[in-house]
Amino acid sequence: MWSLKKSPWVFHVNTGACNNCDIEIVNCLTPKFDVERFGIKLVGSPRHADALLVTGVVTAQAAPRLREVYRQTSKPCVVFATGACACDKGIFATGYHVVGPVDKIIREIDPTAIIVYVPGCPPKPEAIISGVVQALSVL
Amino acid sequence: MAAVFKARAKGKDKEMSWPLNVLFWVVVIPGTVVLGLIASWIVRKVSALVQWRVGPPLFQPFYDVAKLMGKETLVPQEAQQTVFMAAPLVGLAGVLLLSIILWRTAFYQTAFVGDIIVVIYLMVLPSLALILGSSASASPHASVGTAREMKLVMGYELPLVLAFVVVIIKTGGKLNLAEVAAQAPGLSVSGMLAFLVALLCVQAKLGFVPFDMAEAETELGSGVLMEYSGALLAVWKLMQAAMLVALPLFLVTAFLGGFATALWLGLLEYVLILVLVILIKNTNPRVRIDQAMKFFWVYCGLILVIAIALAILGNAYGIKWL
Repeated sequence: MWSLKKSPWVFHVNTGACNNCDIEIVNCLTPKFDVERFGIKLVGSPRHADALLVTGVVTAQAAPRLREVYRQTSKPCVVFATGACACDKGIFATGYHVVGPVDKIIREIDPTAIIVYVPGCPPKPEAIISGVVQALSVL
Repeated sequence: MAAVFKARAKGKDKEMSWPLNVLFWVVVIPGTVVLGLIASWIVRKVSALVQWRVGPPLFQPFYDVAKLMGKETLVPQEAQQTVFMAAPLVGLAGVLLLSIILWRTAFYQTAFVGDIIVVIYLMVLPSLALILGSSASASPHASVGTAREMKLVMGYELPLVLAFVVVIIKTGGKLNLAEVAAQAPGLSVSGMLAFLVALLCVQAKLGFVPFDMAEAETELGSGVLMEYSGALLAVWKLMQAAMLVALPLFLVTAFLGGFATALWLGLLEYVLILVLVILIKNTNPRVRIDQAMKFFWVYCGLILVIAIALAILGNAYGIKWL
């Protein structure tokens, strides 16, 4: 959808992250990187969002909430698994509270979900922006 | 209906040829929406430049609305569905009706007796639609936003109406927008005070900082519009864009009287009011709802009492600049 590329609105979900990736995401939205040039806006509700920036390895407590947030995001939408933990559990892989990486939880309710991986611990804001722009050019 | 619009206003009516008339009626609604989206781009671009950023391209608001039209519209299960879906349409219809009356006054100087009262009532409609829509949303965030919006409306409606009472006093009791515009009551001491208060009330009505506590992003996660998505959210955005045209236009018509003298003067004054709104927006923090109500009732009320007294004095002793 051409207008989705021109105006992707972003909602940030933290499913049990150490907060580093969240800081880098919020850095993206500061005037230094100015993502509003791409039409990217941080929205306060998943119902307004086109892209979910999910950080953190999904903990047992966060898993049903992540599923609920994904269901409440109006389709078409893209899920950005930001950071090493969201991509493949990172350094918390053997924790007792870890249910699974983000794509496993999302694919349980929507096997055709579009998931983009932005690895890094934490990924730099430039990497996050580059990931978002690359994903939008493929959409 | 046509007879209503044939009411002459001090002989200043303009009889335009019928093709221009038809063109006016065809262009007025889409033109208001397009102008509103361009005005919302101006707000975002100037805010970005003030923050040393680049900001979005010109067509960004159009892309936003086009994208929202193509998204899934989700309606919460516990929401009151009729009100939920009708509220944005009612709000948009109210604002468009308001702008039709104002553009008609601006271009043709035609008006009907009492239209300033109709305009004041129509200006309440978008805020009322917002309150209804968010209270039909069945969400705790939206209900907090509803409570704040209701208190804010109770706060600024009184000073706004009193500011227009100052205008009506200064023009000697005329309730006719074209005649009010012809006299430009804002260019006097009491008129300036009333204009300043009306500007702040318009800031609150537009939902801009410092009075954006209803849609407070960092506190309420979208507040009143929390549960809206897709096409319904697009209609809310169009309503907010159209309000950016209608409300400053009403300020220009009622206070500064630009369109009565020349079209370019009116547009210049509209741009001036837009710039003032953007500057106030970018240099202030958000205030709490109790601070906002105290500000509107106590401080703005005091200024308006002084303005009304000056206006009555000026009228009684024939001092025009008072």
